[in-house]
Amino acid sequence: MDATAIFFWLLAALAVAGALLVVITPHIVHAAVGLILALSAVAGLFFLAGAEFLGAMQIMIYVGGTVVLLAFGVMLTARLTFVRMRTTADQWVIAVLLAAPLAIILLQSAWAYGHLRSAQVSSETRSMEAEAVSATDLGLALVGVRPQVDGASGLDPRSASNRATMDGYILPFELVSVHLLVVMIGAAYLARRRTE
Amino acid sequence: MILAGILSPITVTHYLVVGIILFVCGIVCLVVKRNIIAMLIGVELILNGANINLVAFSSPQLFASGTAPLLLDGQVFALFVMILAAAEAAVALAIALQFYSRFGTVDVDQGGQLNG
Repeated sequence: MDATAIFFWLLAALAVAGALLVVITPHIVHAAVGLILALSAVAGLFFLAGAEFLGAMQIMIYVGGTVVLLAFGVMLTARLTFVRMRTTADQWVIAVLLAAPLAIILLQSAWAYGHLRSAQVSSETRSMEAEAVSATDLGLALVGVRPQVDGASGLDPRSASNRATMDGYILPFELVSVHLLVVMIGAAYLARRRTE
Repeated sequence: MILAGILSPITVTHYLVVGIILFVCGIVCLVVKRNIIAMLIGVELILNGANINLVAFSSPQLFASGTAPLLLDGQVFALFVMILAAAEAAVALAIALQFYSRFGTVDVDQGGQLNG
């Protein structure tokens, strides 16, 4: 059982636990916490599957954006949940138990980074680093260039029928950006306070 | 048999099972909950279950043959799903706030007056 399998089972268990928490709990705030857990674990699964850029986007868009939006929705519509905000002693204990190992691990890895760089980096490690990044291909595909497809398929890019299958995603990219603008204007219009 | 399944290398099937569990949890959440925010959370789970499938089918290392059916296309689709999910959450929350200010509740069963 290698490291990939161990991390997969860990993250899969976290994702399933979060999803089950969303379904089982009657409390809407607990459901939001379960959603955060599930989405973060899915981001880890994306990293494991070799989709690093998507994993980062999952954290930024979902965990950073959508869930914050949902939390605002919960707070604006829930009545009695957020009246009492005092932290109890057992919550402090749990918080310190979670935060202290995290701080130790992060400090340890930050301290080890300098040693890692100064040590001789084997060529194998370097080639793995170069291979692991998929963001460049993804960005090129979004602006309409597909070097992988153009190079690998061996088709002639000048013929029109081939070009239709090789084009990147520049049209959906532009469409989705205009769509986001329209959605933002529409949401601001919908959520405004009516003055009558 | 279960132990053999755990010890075998991670394949696309493992990812599909995780995606199915998230998808089914999202469907159950969407059907069972009457809170409009909880239903939105269910929709997010459904979209994530679909995204796991797309990413799994775009990842060559999950296939024994060393190549994937959707190479980069799956990742691009998943990215678009994320963007549209963010847009959907923004509009749906604006509607939810409007619903709350009009009816004083987030119970979707109270929205019967909306028709006509």
